[in-house]
Amino acid sequence: MKYFKALILVAFAALMLYASIDLPYRGDPDNLMHNETSMTGSKVAGHYYIQEAYHDAKTPNMVTVVLGDYRSTDTIGEQVVIFTAGIITLLLLRKHKEE
Amino acid sequence: MMEFIHGHYAYWFILILLCIGLYGMLMKRNLVKKLVGMTIFQASVILFFVSIASKWDASVPVKATSLATDVVANYMNPLPHTLMLTAIVVGVATQGVAFTLLINIYNRYQTLDEQELLDKIQ
Amino acid sequence: MRTEFDSPIILLGARLLSPYIMLIGLYVIFHGHYSPGGGFQGGALLAASILLVRLSGGKVTDPLQIKESITTPMASLGVLIYFGTGFAAILAGGLFLDYEMLPLGMDPAYLRNTGILIIEIGIGLAVMAVLIMIFDNMVRGEDL
Repeated sequence: MKYFKALILVAFAALMLYASIDLPYRGDPDNLMHNETSMTGSKVAGHYYIQEAYHDAKTPNMVTVVLGDYRSTDTIGEQVVIFTAGIITLLLLRKHKEE
Repeated sequence: MMEFIHGHYAYWFILILLCIGLYGMLMKRNLVKKLVGMTIFQASVILFFVSIASKWDASVPVKATSLATDVVANYMNPLPHTLMLTAIVVGVATQGVAFTLLINIYNRYQTLDEQELLDKIQ
Repeated sequence: MRTEFDSPIILLGARLLSPYIMLIGLYVIFHGHYSPGGGFQGGALLAASILLVRLSGGKVTDPLQIKESITTPMASLGVLIYFGTGFAAILAGGLFLDYEMLPLGMDPAYLRNTGILIIEIGIGLAVMAVLIMIFDNMVRGEDL
Protein backbone atom coordinates (compact mmCIF):
# COMPACT_ATOMS: atom_id res chain seq x y z
CA MET A 1 0.00 0.00 0.00
CA LYS A 2 2.87 2.36 0.76
CA TYR A 3 4.49 1.73 -2.63
CA PHE A 4 1.24 2.45 -4.40
CA LYS A 5 1.08 5.87 -2.74
CA ALA A 6 4.70 6.60 -3.67
CA LEU A 7 3.89 5.66 -7.27
CA ILE A 8 0.98 8.11 -7.29
CA LEU A 9 3.27 10.87 -6.00
CA VAL A 10 5.96 10.28 -8.64
CA ALA A 11 3.38 10.06 -11.45
CA PHE A 12 1.79 13.35 -10.36
CA ALA A 13 5.16 15.12 -10.28
CA ALA A 14 6.07 13.83 -13.75
CA LEU A 15 2.71 14.89 -15.18
CA MET A 16 3.05 18.42 -13.79
CA LEU A 17 6.59 18.70 -15.13
CA TYR A 18 5.44 17.66 -18.59
CA ALA A 19 2.61 20.21 -18.46
CA SER A 20 4.84 23.10 -17.41
CA ILE A 21 7.03 22.95 -20.53
CA ASP A 22 4.33 24.51 -22.68
CA LEU A 23 3.41 27.41 -20.38
CA PRO A 24 4.30 30.91 -21.67
CA TYR A 25 7.36 32.75 -20.43
CA ARG A 26 6.76 34.40 -17.06
CA GLY A 27 6.71 38.18 -17.28
CA ASP A 28 6.52 38.64 -21.04
CA PRO A 29 4.38 41.71 -21.78
CA ASP A 30 3.24 40.16 -25.08
CA ASN A 31 1.38 37.31 -23.36
CA LEU A 32 -2.11 36.40 -24.40
CA MET A 33 -3.52 37.53 -21.06
CA HIS A 34 -2.11 41.06 -21.36
CA ASN A 35 -3.47 41.76 -24.83
CA GLU A 36 -6.12 44.28 -25.74
CA THR A 37 -8.63 42.04 -27.48
CA SER A 38 -8.93 38.28 -27.23
CA MET A 39 -9.04 35.83 -30.12
CA THR A 40 -12.77 36.22 -30.69
CA GLY A 41 -12.78 40.02 -30.67
CA SER A 42 -14.08 40.82 -27.14
CA LYS A 43 -12.19 42.97 -24.68
CA VAL A 44 -9.72 41.47 -22.20
CA ALA A 45 -10.47 42.32 -18.57
CA GLY A 46 -6.93 43.11 -17.34
CA HIS A 47 -6.29 45.71 -20.03
CA TYR A 48 -9.63 47.45 -19.45
CA TYR A 49 -9.27 47.54 -15.66
CA ILE A 50 -5.84 49.20 -15.78
CA GLN A 51 -6.95 51.93 -18.16
CA GLU A 52 -10.33 52.83 -16.69
CA ALA A 53 -10.05 52.29 -12.91
CA TYR A 54 -9.03 55.84 -11.91
CA HIS A 55 -11.43 57.33 -14.44
CA ASP A 56 -14.46 55.54 -13.01
CA ALA A 57 -13.91 55.62 -9.26
CA LYS A 58 -11.24 58.27 -8.50
CA THR A 59 -9.27 55.74 -6.44
CA PRO A 60 -5.55 55.09 -7.04
CA ASN A 61 -5.61 51.46 -5.83
CA MET A 62 -6.75 49.28 -8.74
CA VAL A 63 -7.13 46.07 -6.73
CA THR A 64 -9.65 47.68 -4.35
CA VAL A 65 -11.65 49.08 -7.25
CA VAL A 66 -11.83 45.66 -8.92
CA LEU A 67 -12.75 43.97 -5.63
CA GLY A 68 -15.34 46.48 -4.49
CA ASP A 69 -16.82 47.91 -7.66
CA TYR A 70 -16.39 45.77 -10.75
CA ARG A 71 -16.64 42.39 -8.98
CA SER A 72 -18.67 43.24 -5.90
CA THR A 73 -20.92 40.17 -6.19
CA ASP A 74 -17.94 37.86 -5.66
CA THR A 75 -17.04 39.76 -2.51
CA ILE A 76 -20.54 39.44 -1.11
CA GLY A 77 -20.40 35.67 -1.71
CA GLU A 78 -17.11 35.51 0.15
CA GLN A 79 -18.57 37.32 3.14
CA VAL A 80 -21.40 34.78 3.28
CA VAL A 81 -18.83 31.94 3.21
CA ILE A 82 -16.81 33.28 6.11
CA PHE A 83 -19.93 34.03 8.15
CA THR A 84 -21.19 30.47 7.56
CA ALA A 85 -17.86 29.03 8.74
CA GLY A 86 -18.18 30.96 12.01
CA ILE A 87 -21.72 29.71 12.57
CA ILE A 88 -20.65 26.10 11.85
CA THR A 89 -18.08 26.18 14.65
CA LEU A 90 -20.75 27.51 16.99
CA LEU A 91 -23.16 24.70 16.17
CA LEU A 92 -20.71 21.80 16.20
CA LEU A 93 -19.28 22.30 19.66
CA ARG A 94 -22.30 22.57 21.86
CA LYS A 95 -22.67 20.67 25.10
CA HIS A 96 -25.22 17.91 24.72
CA LYS A 97 -27.39 18.25 27.81
CA GLU A 98 -29.46 15.16 27.19
CA GLU A 99 -26.55 12.69 27.27
CA MET B 1 18.23 27.32 -23.63
CA MET B 2 19.11 30.01 -21.10
CA GLU B 3 16.00 31.93 -22.05
CA PHE B 4 13.88 28.85 -21.54
CA ILE B 5 15.25 28.35 -18.02
CA HIS B 6 14.94 32.07 -17.26
CA GLY B 7 11.28 32.03 -18.21
CA HIS B 8 10.29 28.80 -16.51
CA TYR B 9 12.26 28.44 -13.26
CA ALA B 10 9.46 29.91 -11.15
CA TYR B 11 7.09 27.13 -12.18
CA TRP B 12 9.59 24.47 -11.05
CA PHE B 13 9.93 25.96 -7.58
CA ILE B 14 6.16 25.98 -7.21
CA LEU B 15 6.11 22.35 -8.35
CA ILE B 16 8.49 21.48 -5.49
CA LEU B 17 6.05 23.07 -3.01
CA LEU B 18 3.16 21.11 -4.57
CA CYS B 19 5.01 17.83 -4.12
CA ILE B 20 5.85 18.61 -0.48
CA GLY B 21 2.18 19.24 0.25
CA LEU B 22 1.06 16.08 -1.55
CA TYR B 23 3.66 13.99 0.29
CA GLY B 24 2.33 15.23 3.60
CA MET B 25 -1.25 14.39 2.66
CA LEU B 26 -0.48 10.87 1.43
CA MET B 27 2.29 9.45 3.57
CA LYS B 28 1.70 10.67 7.12
CA ARG B 29 -0.53 8.77 9.54
CA ASN B 30 -1.61 11.51 11.93
CA LEU B 31 -4.69 13.48 10.91
CA VAL B 32 -3.30 16.88 11.92
CA LYS B 33 -0.26 16.39 9.73
CA LYS B 34 -2.50 15.64 6.77
CA LEU B 35 -4.27 18.94 7.37
CA VAL B 36 -0.97 20.81 7.41
CA GLY B 37 -0.12 19.18 4.07
CA MET B 38 -3.40 20.45 2.63
CA THR B 39 -2.53 23.98 3.80
CA ILE B 40 0.84 23.87 2.04
CA PHE B 41 -0.83 22.58 -1.17
CA GLN B 42 -3.31 25.45 -1.15
CA ALA B 43 -0.58 28.05 -0.53
CA SER B 44 1.39 26.82 -3.53
CA VAL B 45 -1.60 27.13 -5.87
CA ILE B 46 -2.21 30.72 -4.73
CA LEU B 47 1.48 31.54 -5.27
CA PHE B 48 1.29 30.16 -8.82
CA PHE B 49 -1.61 32.40 -9.76
CA VAL B 50 0.01 35.53 -8.34
CA SER B 51 3.32 34.82 -10.09
CA ILE B 52 1.89 34.66 -13.61
CA ALA B 53 0.44 38.18 -13.35
CA SER B 54 3.79 39.98 -13.35
CA LYS B 55 5.48 41.82 -16.20
CA TRP B 56 9.05 42.96 -16.79
CA ASP B 57 9.84 46.44 -15.35
CA ALA B 58 6.29 46.92 -14.10
CA SER B 59 5.12 48.49 -10.86
CA VAL B 60 2.48 47.37 -8.32
CA PRO B 61 -1.16 47.96 -9.41
CA VAL B 62 -1.48 51.26 -7.53
CA LYS B 63 -1.60 54.36 -9.71
CA ALA B 64 1.42 56.59 -9.18
CA THR B 65 1.47 60.17 -10.35
CA SER B 66 4.63 59.74 -12.40
CA LEU B 67 3.53 56.75 -14.51
CA ALA B 68 0.63 57.18 -16.92
CA THR B 69 -2.10 54.56 -17.08
CA ASP B 70 -2.44 54.72 -20.85
CA VAL B 71 0.64 52.59 -21.35
CA VAL B 72 -0.52 49.23 -20.00
CA ALA B 73 2.98 47.74 -19.69
CA ASN B 74 3.72 50.00 -16.71
CA TYR B 75 1.45 48.17 -14.25
CA MET B 76 0.90 44.57 -13.28
CA ASN B 77 -2.35 42.79 -14.09
CA PRO B 78 -4.72 43.37 -11.14
CA LEU B 79 -7.20 40.59 -11.83
CA PRO B 80 -5.32 37.52 -10.40
CA HIS B 81 -4.41 39.46 -7.25
CA THR B 82 -8.09 40.13 -6.59
CA LEU B 83 -9.24 36.56 -7.14
CA MET B 84 -6.50 35.20 -4.88
CA LEU B 85 -7.60 37.49 -2.03
CA THR B 86 -10.93 35.70 -2.10
CA ALA B 87 -9.20 32.31 -2.28
CA ILE B 88 -7.06 33.00 0.80
CA VAL B 89 -10.06 33.93 2.92
CA VAL B 90 -12.05 30.89 1.81
CA GLY B 91 -9.05 28.71 2.68
CA VAL B 92 -8.91 30.11 6.20
CA ALA B 93 -12.61 29.36 6.70
CA THR B 94 -12.12 25.77 5.45
CA GLN B 95 -9.25 25.17 7.86
CA GLY B 96 -11.30 26.49 10.78
CA VAL B 97 -14.12 24.06 10.08
CA ALA B 98 -11.65 21.17 9.55
CA PHE B 99 -9.98 21.67 12.92
CA THR B 100 -13.38 21.82 14.61
CA LEU B 101 -14.25 18.45 13.10
CA LEU B 102 -10.94 17.06 14.38
CA ILE B 103 -11.78 18.17 17.92
CA ASN B 104 -15.10 16.35 17.67
CA ILE B 105 -13.38 13.17 16.42
CA TYR B 106 -10.91 13.23 19.31
CA ASN B 107 -13.64 13.75 21.88
CA ARG B 108 -15.49 10.70 20.61
CA TYR B 109 -12.80 8.14 19.75
CA GLN B 110 -9.84 9.27 21.94
CA THR B 111 -7.33 8.85 19.12
CA LEU B 112 -6.13 10.78 16.07
CA ASP B 113 -4.25 8.02 14.27
CA GLU B 114 -5.59 6.86 10.93
CA GLN B 115 -5.14 3.11 11.35
CA GLU B 116 -6.57 2.97 14.88
CA LEU B 117 -9.54 5.03 13.77
CA LEU B 118 -10.34 2.63 10.97
CA ASP B 119 -10.17 -0.31 13.41
CA LYS B 120 -12.36 1.39 15.98
CA ILE B 121 -15.08 2.37 13.54
CA GLN B 122 -15.61 -1.18 12.22
CA MET C 1 -5.55 27.90 26.51
CA ARG C 2 -7.37 27.49 29.77
CA THR C 3 -4.22 27.53 31.88
CA GLU C 4 -2.03 30.55 32.33
CA PHE C 5 1.66 30.70 31.66
CA ASP C 6 3.37 31.28 35.00
CA SER C 7 5.61 34.10 33.86
CA PRO C 8 4.30 37.67 33.97
CA ILE C 9 6.63 38.84 31.20
CA ILE C 10 4.50 37.31 28.41
CA LEU C 11 1.34 38.92 29.73
CA LEU C 12 3.05 42.30 30.09
CA GLY C 13 4.45 42.17 26.55
CA ALA C 14 1.07 41.27 25.04
CA ARG C 15 -0.75 44.00 26.95
CA LEU C 16 1.86 46.55 25.85
CA LEU C 17 1.71 45.68 22.14
CA SER C 18 -2.02 45.16 21.66
CA PRO C 19 -3.25 48.79 21.26
CA TYR C 20 -0.57 49.61 18.68
CA ILE C 21 -1.44 46.58 16.55
CA MET C 22 -5.09 47.62 16.67
CA LEU C 23 -4.14 51.12 15.52
CA ILE C 24 -2.14 49.78 12.61
CA GLY C 25 -5.09 47.55 11.67
CA LEU C 26 -7.42 50.56 11.51
CA TYR C 27 -4.82 52.41 9.42
CA VAL C 28 -4.69 49.54 6.90
CA ILE C 29 -8.49 49.49 6.54
CA PHE C 30 -8.89 53.20 5.97
CA HIS C 31 -5.92 53.58 3.65
CA GLY C 32 -7.10 50.83 1.33
CA HIS C 33 -7.75 53.48 -1.34
CA TYR C 34 -4.24 54.86 -1.57
CA SER C 35 -1.90 51.95 -0.83
CA PRO C 36 -2.12 48.13 -0.72
CA GLY C 37 -4.58 47.09 1.97
CA GLY C 38 -8.33 47.03 2.34
CA GLY C 39 -10.96 45.25 4.35
CA PHE C 40 -9.67 41.68 4.69
CA GLN C 41 -6.11 42.55 5.66
CA GLY C 42 -7.21 45.11 8.26
CA GLY C 43 -9.74 42.69 9.75
CA ALA C 44 -7.06 40.03 10.21
CA LEU C 45 -4.74 42.52 11.96
CA LEU C 46 -7.52 43.63 14.31
CA ALA C 47 -8.30 40.03 15.23
CA ALA C 48 -4.59 39.34 15.86
CA SER C 49 -4.35 42.16 18.38
CA ILE C 50 -7.16 40.70 20.51
CA LEU C 51 -6.10 37.05 20.21
CA LEU C 52 -2.63 37.94 21.54
CA VAL C 53 -4.03 38.87 24.96
CA ARG C 54 -6.36 35.87 25.02
CA LEU C 55 -3.54 33.43 24.33
CA SER C 56 -1.25 34.73 27.02
CA GLY C 57 -3.78 35.50 29.72
CA GLY C 58 -5.96 32.41 29.93
CA LYS C 59 -9.30 32.31 31.63
CA VAL C 60 -8.83 35.48 33.68
CA THR C 61 -8.68 37.98 30.80
CA ASP C 62 -11.51 36.51 28.69
CA PRO C 63 -14.40 38.80 29.70
CA LEU C 64 -12.24 41.89 30.04
CA GLN C 65 -11.54 42.87 26.46
CA ILE C 66 -14.34 41.55 24.23
CA LYS C 67 -16.98 39.31 25.77
CA GLU C 68 -17.82 35.98 24.17
CA SER C 69 -21.47 36.77 23.66
CA ILE C 70 -20.93 39.91 21.59
CA THR C 71 -18.98 38.45 18.67
CA THR C 72 -21.97 36.88 16.90
CA PRO C 73 -24.02 40.12 16.73
CA MET C 74 -20.90 41.94 15.51
CA ALA C 75 -20.46 39.49 12.63
CA SER C 76 -24.12 39.83 11.66
CA LEU C 77 -23.77 43.62 11.74
CA GLY C 78 -20.86 43.47 9.32
CA VAL C 79 -22.77 41.38 6.78
CA LEU C 80 -25.85 43.59 7.24
CA ILE C 81 -23.88 46.76 6.37
CA TYR C 82 -22.88 45.19 3.05
CA PHE C 83 -26.39 44.03 2.17
CA GLY C 84 -27.85 47.34 3.37
CA THR C 85 -25.77 49.28 0.87
CA GLY C 86 -27.01 47.02 -1.91
CA PHE C 87 -30.65 47.44 -0.94
CA ALA C 88 -30.28 51.21 -0.53
CA ALA C 89 -29.19 51.32 -4.16
CA ILE C 90 -32.32 49.34 -5.16
CA LEU C 91 -34.62 51.62 -3.15
CA ALA C 92 -33.14 54.70 -4.84
CA GLY C 93 -33.88 53.34 -8.30
CA GLY C 94 -30.84 51.46 -9.60
CA LEU C 95 -29.58 47.90 -9.78
CA PHE C 96 -28.26 45.89 -6.81
CA LEU C 97 -24.92 47.32 -5.55
CA ASP C 98 -24.95 50.17 -8.06
CA TYR C 99 -23.22 52.94 -6.12
CA GLU C 100 -24.12 55.79 -8.43
CA MET C 101 -27.72 55.90 -7.18
CA LEU C 102 -26.96 56.29 -3.45
CA PRO C 103 -28.85 59.24 -1.93
CA LEU C 104 -25.74 61.23 -0.87
CA GLY C 105 -25.23 64.40 -2.85
CA MET C 106 -21.93 64.07 -4.72
CA ASP C 107 -20.59 63.56 -8.25
CA PRO C 108 -20.98 60.02 -9.63
CA ALA C 109 -17.26 59.22 -9.48
CA TYR C 110 -16.93 60.32 -5.84
CA LEU C 111 -20.07 58.38 -4.95
CA ARG C 112 -18.29 55.19 -6.03
CA ASN C 113 -15.36 56.14 -3.81
CA THR C 114 -17.64 56.49 -0.78
CA GLY C 115 -19.52 53.30 -1.56
CA ILE C 116 -16.29 51.29 -1.57
CA LEU C 117 -15.31 52.85 1.78
CA ILE C 118 -18.58 51.83 3.45
CA ILE C 119 -18.17 48.29 2.17
CA GLU C 120 -14.61 47.99 3.48
CA ILE C 121 -15.75 48.93 7.00
CA GLY C 122 -18.39 46.19 6.90
CA ILE C 123 -15.90 43.60 5.67
CA GLY C 124 -13.33 44.46 8.37
CA LEU C 125 -15.89 44.17 11.15
CA ALA C 126 -17.20 40.81 9.96
CA VAL C 127 -13.75 39.24 9.45
CA MET C 128 -12.56 40.31 12.92
CA ALA C 129 -15.66 38.95 14.64
CA VAL C 130 -15.55 35.59 12.84
CA LEU C 131 -11.85 34.97 13.58
CA ILE C 132 -12.38 35.64 17.30
CA MET C 133 -15.52 33.47 17.26
CA ILE C 134 -13.67 30.46 15.78
CA PHE C 135 -10.97 30.69 18.49
CA ASP C 136 -13.49 31.00 21.33
CA ASN C 137 -15.56 28.04 20.19
CA MET C 138 -12.52 25.82 19.83
CA VAL C 139 -11.41 26.66 23.38
CA ARG C 140 -14.87 25.93 24.73
CA GLY C 141 -15.03 22.59 22.92
CA GLU C 142 -11.79 21.31 24.41
CA ASP C 143 -13.17 20.13 27.70
CA LEU C 144 -16.47 18.56 26.65
